Amino acid sequence: MRLKALGATLVTVPITLFGLVLVTFLIGRVVPIDPVLAIVGDRAPQEVVERARLELGLDRPLIEQFLRFVVQIASGDLGRSVMTANPVTQDIARFFPATFELATVAIILASLVGVPLGVLAAVRQGGWLDQSVRLFCLAGHSLPVFVLGLLSLLLFYAKLGWAPGPGRQGIAYEDMVDVRTGVLTVDALLAGDWGAFWDALAHLAQPAGVLAFFSLAYIARMARAFMLAELSSEYVTTARAKGLSETRIIWRHAFRNIAVPLVTVLVLTYAGLLEGAVLTETIFSWPGLGQYLTVSLLNADMNAVLGATLVVGLIYVVLNLFADLLYRLLDPRVR
Amino acid sequence: MISSDWLLSSEPASRRQAAWGRRYQAWLAFRRNPLAVAGLAVALAMLLMAVFAPLLATHDPGAQNLANRLQPPSAAHWFGTDELGRDVWTRILYGARITLGMVVAVVLLVAPVGLLVGCAAGYAGGWLDRILMRVTDVFLAFPRLILALAFVAAMKPGVESAVAAIALTAWPPYARLARAETLRIRDADFIAAVRMAGASPWRIVLRHVAPVCIPSLIVRVTLDMSSIILTAAGLGFLGLGAQPPLPEWGTMIATARRFILDQWWVPVIPGIAIFLASLSFNLLGDGLRDVLDPKQR
Repeated sequence: MRLKALGATLVTVPITLFGLVLVTFLIGRVVPIDPVLAIVGDRAPQEVVERARLELGLDRPLIEQFLRFVVQIASGDLGRSVMTANPVTQDIARFFPATFELATVAIILASLVGVPLGVLAAVRQGGWLDQSVRLFCLAGHSLPVFVLGLLSLLLFYAKLGWAPGPGRQGIAYEDMVDVRTGVLTVDALLAGDWGAFWDALAHLAQPAGVLAFFSLAYIARMARAFMLAELSSEYVTTARAKGLSETRIIWRHAFRNIAVPLVTVLVLTYAGLLEGAVLTETIFSWPGLGQYLTVSLLNADMNAVLGATLVVGLIYVVLNLFADLLYRLLDPRVR
Repeated sequence: MISSDWLLSSEPASRRQAAWGRRYQAWLAFRRNPLAVAGLAVALAMLLMAVFAPLLATHDPGAQNLANRLQPPSAAHWFGTDELGRDVWTRILYGARITLGMVVAVVLLVAPVGLLVGCAAGYAGGWLDRILMRVTDVFLAFPRLILALAFVAAMKPGVESAVAAIALTAWPPYARLARAETLRIRDADFIAAVRMAGASPWRIVLRHVAPVCIPSLIVRVTLDMSSIILTAAGLGFLGLGAQPPLPEWGTMIATARRFILDQWWVPVIPGIAIFLASLSFNLLGDGLRDVLDPKQR
């Protein structure tokens, strides 16, 4: 039974991936920007245009173009970016670590605050804490992440001077640390350069905090819902009847049971942070995948746009699958 | 003629009386939630502001006055002026037209499609169900904003492409929801009765299955409106939605963001407008869920 369900999940993954590639391909074909003219320029003579068209395979039937596209992607080739003149895969490899760093710190911050907040709200259901958490969650859902980013810059950078400005590094530390992982804080630690480490951390704090706030509301609301369900179950009543302390019941008994669905929620939220990262990176001039995507968009660099979209979609699918598998693995009730 | 006695009668004399009585009771339940009522009030106020923008505006939304740029709020300019000396209050009013217009357009495009796809998949089952659900899987496999971004890039940045892109990313959750509701009632006795009376599958889906799905769909749509507002503003902010000089709120923030450190009110005021619009629909949807869809709590 369990294996069958697992098999059903795994079968849907290739279909979803196929759809992902197909949608990306179709987006690329409806572009009003002629891909040939984008490469050779609009003053090229007719025969150059024709040759480029043949080289790109644009004279072939759509289905054949799609098959070529699939083969190309399967071999790890996403084409060349018009803007940077590098292969798109190389660009993505260069920009991705910054987004990874940002999203990882954000999810850690969000879970450290969101989970206890949600649990406490559930324990004091209907009390002032619960009401404030609920309002806070609604507000968090309603505030655009780029407005929060601007307000944060205004307050912490301009008025209070607590945080450094936009960007990933101070000028003094620029290119001082060898790139090994691309994750700046880790690279600085590996190089043993504490100055660079603190600088990177200080620059990270503001965008990561803004991004964390974005997912905090959802995490707190889910933690609250899970905890409420646990607290009304019979084993909690038994534990209370045995005279266990409330703290022990909540954290040692109930929390263990909500840990598994919570981890699933965290993984899904982590995937969702990719979306918030696009806007956050723009506000804080954070050189990550999101900024790469928007800059390519504004320059009509379709290979880069489609490559980045595909990679984000792929990460999303993989994380969703991971959450699903994790849930099956950790929760004996689903087995 | 319509008294609360007539509405609350436990023995309605007609279908009309029963229907209105049910609506009235829903309203009574809704009214007990002050936050939801506040959400409704703000949403209605915004709607009125959008409709009567030309009457409420104190200036021309496009009129520039470079001698008078980046002014703080004053009696002449309630919300101050922007980098070209245009009146921000007036532009916020006209911006409400664009934002709410986009929301309405997306909902009108998406809700019927989602409802129909979901009901058809759920009622028919089999291969149709499997194919349609795989299609929704694919669309749900992209983060919403990213897919919208790629679509806008493929078309031309502007209000119409932003609406199309958001609509394209918004329908799958509705289809999922409608399908789940349909599966719940597909084998109910009243459906079997209609089927035995000889109704065609289309008639069953359109006249008997779809109406049952509508309350939960309304809740979902209302909650989704806030996310549509945020996505539209996000596209505008990235320069891919409404284009300047259109006074779309996200676009206004994008052009004014460089003044955040000195004339902070210029980008912050449209930000507050987006926040209020989005919050009002969230509160409204939250209240509606308690009334229309109690099982989802």
